[in-house]
Amino acid sequence: MTDLTKLTLASALDGMKAREFSSMELTDAHIGACEAASGLNAFITPTFDLARDQAKASDERRVSGTIGKLEGAPLGMKDLFCTEGVRTTAASKILGDFTPPYESTVSANMKADGMVMLGKLNLDQFAMGSANETSCFGPVINPWRNGEDLVPGGSSGGSAAAVAADLCLGATATDTGGSIRQPAGFTGTVGIKPTYGRCSRYGIVAFASSLDQAGPIAKTVEDAAILLESMAGYDPKDSTSINEPVPDWRGAVGQSVKGLRVGVPREYTMDGIPKEIDAVWAEGVEWMREAGAEIVDVSLPHTKYALPVYYVVAPAEASSNLARYDGMRYGLRVEGENLADTYERTRTEGFGDEVRRRVMIGTYVLSAGYYDAYYLRAQKVRTKIADDFRQAWESCDVLLTPTAPSAAFPVGRKINDPIQMYLNDVFTVTANLAGLPGISVPAALDGNGLPLGLQIIGRALDESTVFKAAGALEKAAGFDAKPDKWWS
Amino acid sequence: MAEPKNGVSADDVRKIARLSRLHVEDEQCGSIAEDLNGILAWIEQLDEVDCEDVVPMTSAVAMDAPMRQDTVTSGNIRDRILANAPKTEDGFFVVPRSVE
Amino acid sequence: MTFIAPRVADEKDWLQGETGPWELIIGLEVHAQVASIAKLFSGAPTAFGAEPNTQVALVDAGLPGMLPVVNKYCVEQAVRTGLGLNAQINKFSRFDRKNYFYVDLPQGYQISQFEHPVVGEGEIEIVPEGGEPVTVGIERLHLEQDAGKSIHDLSPDETYVDLNRSGVALMEIVSKPDMRSAAEASAYVDALRQIVRALGTCDGDMEKGNLRADVNVSVRKPGGELGTRCEIKNVNSLRFIRQAIGYEARRHIEILEAGGEIDQETRLYDTVKGETRTMRSKEDAHDYRYFPDPDLLPLELSDDFIDRIKADLPELPAARKARFVEQFRLPDYDAGVLTSDKATGDYFEIVAQKRDPKSASNWMMGELFGRLNADEIGIEDSPVSADALGGLIDRIADKTISGKIAKDVFSKMFEGEGTADEIIERDGLKQVTDMGAIEAMVDEVIAANRDQAEKAKDNPKLVGFFVGQVMKKSQGKANPQAVNELLRSKLGL
Ligand SMILES: [Mg+2]
Ligand SMILES: [Zn+2]
Repeated sequence: MTDLTKLTLASALDGMKAREFSSMELTDAHIGACEAASGLNAFITPTFDLARDQAKASDERRVSGTIGKLEGAPLGMKDLFCTEGVRTTAASKILGDFTPPYESTVSANMKADGMVMLGKLNLDQFAMGSANETSCFGPVINPWRNGEDLVPGGSSGGSAAAVAADLCLGATATDTGGSIRQPAGFTGTVGIKPTYGRCSRYGIVAFASSLDQAGPIAKTVEDAAILLESMAGYDPKDSTSINEPVPDWRGAVGQSVKGLRVGVPREYTMDGIPKEIDAVWAEGVEWMREAGAEIVDVSLPHTKYALPVYYVVAPAEASSNLARYDGMRYGLRVEGENLADTYERTRTEGFGDEVRRRVMIGTYVLSAGYYDAYYLRAQKVRTKIADDFRQAWESCDVLLTPTAPSAAFPVGRKINDPIQMYLNDVFTVTANLAGLPGISVPAALDGNGLPLGLQIIGRALDESTVFKAAGALEKAAGFDAKPDKWWS
Repeated sequence: MAEPKNGVSADDVRKIARLSRLHVEDEQCGSIAEDLNGILAWIEQLDEVDCEDVVPMTSAVAMDAPMRQDTVTSGNIRDRILANAPKTEDGFFVVPRSVE
Repeated sequence: MTFIAPRVADEKDWLQGETGPWELIIGLEVHAQVASIAKLFSGAPTAFGAEPNTQVALVDAGLPGMLPVVNKYCVEQAVRTGLGLNAQINKFSRFDRKNYFYVDLPQGYQISQFEHPVVGEGEIEIVPEGGEPVTVGIERLHLEQDAGKSIHDLSPDETYVDLNRSGVALMEIVSKPDMRSAAEASAYVDALRQIVRALGTCDGDMEKGNLRADVNVSVRKPGGELGTRCEIKNVNSLRFIRQAIGYEARRHIEILEAGGEIDQETRLYDTVKGETRTMRSKEDAHDYRYFPDPDLLPLELSDDFIDRIKADLPELPAARKARFVEQFRLPDYDAGVLTSDKATGDYFEIVAQKRDPKSASNWMMGELFGRLNADEIGIEDSPVSADALGGLIDRIADKTISGKIAKDVFSKMFEGEGTADEIIERDGLKQVTDMGAIEAMVDEVIAANRDQAEKAKDNPKLVGFFVGQVMKKSQGKANPQAVNELLRSKLGL
């Protein structure tokens, strides 16, 4: 039998449908791969026993004829999604052994569609980071190497690494400033952040509520569409959930882009960015033109302010969202001399450096006397960034940009320079601020043999066009490189 | 590195840490202040943007709040509420004494 | 917020200090629990007195990833209350987070409304006991969630936390600093209580804490510059409000007259000691870092939404009082008492139907309230229904019994012995209206008191003595008017 872990999600679903192999066989193959890949540190909590139970149940369901969209597919779950009865840590010490007595809506949707969950994937602590180095369970190692250990990007580094290393057929992820797309770019995988409000945030440990959005990391654009169709949908339990039906996104992949107006934002050319990235971007533009798209020069004048806006808004919301981790009702409690001391010890020991740093920035920008100067101003500039996009949509249907300003970098390289680290999200964060869908598609390998991604950003709720354009890009790029399996 | 207009002092760090319920050692305050000042100075690029008459954006979705009906759909799940608590007694959460 | 307080208190309300008179400036923040079945942002029940932590949804415990969804009914009740306070309804409002740490605040923030409350400025008229009507401005009304409850007496070194109240909907009604005496403050809270009860938006039960007041008190030289204020938190009875204000005002005056300064602070009223004391240490200075809650979208209320609530608004105590004066020709005082709560007004309207309103009022304010108060029974649970009391008044009106006998009958009715008619019949209390029988008794009494009869010619007041004698003879059943008339003619008056 062929190596089942090399399959795409789409072909694996087809194979099970054709009874070429069972979910149990597929799951066992992936568990084997996971066990061999502990060196990547992609999982925080493997759930292999649960996976086998789910695979068995799936195979039984198939016999009885009820099959869901993800029936029997072994997948990974970012450890930011609360999973009933399975420890959920957000890669933090402060959640300790927190075991949710409830299920996030996204994971519940996937369960209902027949998912097999292989385990909870590593991430940056509370999704704060762009290299997966802030996890209290240690960094995730990128399957792609360049003579030394590289980061997989973050915060969904475990998800990206697991998919790139064929440990699972796809994985959930979340994206607050680029946390799906940047790691997808760093690992040669596909990652989409849908429109804000497409996926319910119910049961996802919150980082920055007005920016957080779930989405998949997958091997192909089609796989990403299949996964997102399962994850997305209106949820009355989330006040910011959009009450719109989920379209046939899988069907959009492969449609012609003839006549599609592809915008190329001139502000995404930045100083200090490797020439190779601009070259891949230019190539991408050419591919789209050859596929029949019309290329349009557009301007998003406030692009350079997106990151500073983000680093006000996200920490502000986070400082409040993380106030609940106080050692009183769940998670870590470090007993102190009195209540105040217990609060401080618990939170100081329970949060890592980057989390504490962001909590303090957030507290500061919201505090009396600074609110207007920082927080309110950031929200106003956010309006201008969203307006830039509104303007752009008058002349184009999607935007094509690089995903990240670099390829994967060595572990430890940027961790001590917060602003250098923050710059990773320079091309992705705009879509979060404006609430727009964005996808990263692997486009080429750089001179060091590391993957580079290109990003398509679309109109709100227009994931269909995003998938169509991404499909065309994927086809033209013909990216089929895989990392050597050095870890097993 | 540029200094932010409202430079954070070591005292400010103590105040912010206190509000955040985080402990900082006295000798850390200076370096944390430096760290925060670096980030704040970078954030202050935003002062270049003309924000006159701009409505602040508080959400990425342009709709009104959806509303729930006034019906009981939860409750009576004490075991689940208390399941992860560091300490409980007789159905209560037990926490360090909050009054002297 | 800068306050202005143009009105100067009546001289009678000035407080005398060593250095001369002082004037009290009072503003109140009243927290009224919305009478909803479920909480403001969760589907957990709100009923009082449940076992600890049994009325808690996942979101009320601040569990990771749990999200709030606003209860429409609570928004409607806030609007309804706003309309009852003659206030501006804000079509755009928003929820903000108020950030602070406390063991009974599971999320680490309270969801409230800061910059854009659902209700803006309004005003109500109050009548302080023994004073003239005063208009009190309403600054705003906003929706917010309640916190849980900390219990400190179950363990010597720990606190027990019950989250049943966590997330219960509150309306915070903020007044302008328009009150100038403890009596005015207490009348204001009472008026608010009547309004929310009439509207049905809050049950107004102060004992259960469903309506409680934060009292802001400062003093100034009459008409002078505003002093520093202190906030006395969570006072939960009208009496305690008056006592706390009295204590606090004295405390301020003493400090100021000794050359001291008032610290702006939050205080608690100790009901046992009758004192206020400081609640928080200064090192715990608060900075609530309010910002719009990103988990919730703005409330945008349509005209239709507001109009539907408006159309459904009941008559409010002030309007009802005016109508009682107008329609029933009641004195202002009677109308005020009878409209002080909805059930009393409803009771009165039944009794007064097709009867003399003044006697209905007298009977209610006299006998009925006397008995109800003595037995600590609410009018809703009165053993004598409005129809039954009406039946009794009818028997007086048609002269079946006298007013005096009627009081005995009422008492028996209150004891559950039956209707007025049943008791009158059973006890043979029917008034004697047979003129022959009355004349015979009158003659007998005159014959037995010859001397007095003579004197009566010069001293007509003596007729009262004769009436008394005849009534006694008839065991109170003779029609007093007939007796009076007959006596006057027989005595030649
Ligand atoms: Mg208050
Ligand atoms: Zn309040």
